[in-house]
Amino acid sequence: MNAEWFVVLSALLFATGAMGILIRRSPMVILLCLELMLNAGNLALVAFSRMVGNGQGQVFAVIVMVVAACEVVVGLGLIVAIFRRRLPLNVDDLRELRG
Amino acid sequence: MEELLFFVSALGALGGAVGVVAMRNPFYSVLALIVHLFSLAALFLLLTSAFVAAAQVVVYAGAVMVLYVFVVAYVGGGGESAWEPIPGQRFLAPLLGIALFVELSVAVLSSSLLALGEDGPDVPAGFGDPAAIGRLLLEKFLLPFEAASILLLIAAVGAIVLASNRRETS
Repeated sequence: MNAEWFVVLSALLFATGAMGILIRRSPMVILLCLELMLNAGNLALVAFSRMVGNGQGQVFAVIVMVVAACEVVVGLGLIVAIFRRRLPLNVDDLRELRG
Repeated sequence: MEELLFFVSALGALGGAVGVVAMRNPFYSVLALIVHLFSLAALFLLLTSAFVAAAQVVVYAGAVMVLYVFVVAYVGGGGESAWEPIPGQRFLAPLLGIALFVELSVAVLSSSLLALGEDGPDVPAGFGDPAAIGRLLLEKFLLPFEAASILLLIAAVGAIVLASNRRETS
């Protein structure tokens, strides 16, 4: 299997995640779409690692997984805090920081 | 056989991704993401990286998705309002996504990476198994490994502080 198939598939998944972030307004679904983009990056990393024949790209993918887990934990904590304060769970209404 | 496996898992990954974006109920979005993650694990296995595939299933589909399901059940997945702050957002965003895909594909395929069109070199039998990854992590990449563990600790403490039930005493 050529590596370019995997890389093009990862570009497609990344574009789908970016589209989801632009369309959706629930912060939870936006976090899910961020996961899609990170996983697309992981797929490209592992495909390049196989192409070079070197395992270092896979270590990179594992570290990306750790960072994604941290991002999910903090993001879900924020969502729970927003929900506790009876604020709307809609990124268009939560824009006081926009300036 | 390899091509068949690739196309089946690529279809699963793409269908899961589209499902995450298209489902109105966040709970169904989480379920679609689980389908996506399992298909991605199959793709990692095709690329002979067994450890990353196992970590994908255990860490993502096992732990992170359980966290998502709990939070969706706690917050309650209401539908989104149909109101759009930017007119035509629902049509402009897919156009932008397609443009991004075309741009990324052109950038990758027209690059001078000669090995892109090949199958890659033959790798030894232990390529990408837990022993090889563990040796790399604990010998060559010890510092990023420790940094990742400190990052996990900070994230856990931060999540507890953010989601705790204490009253503001300012």
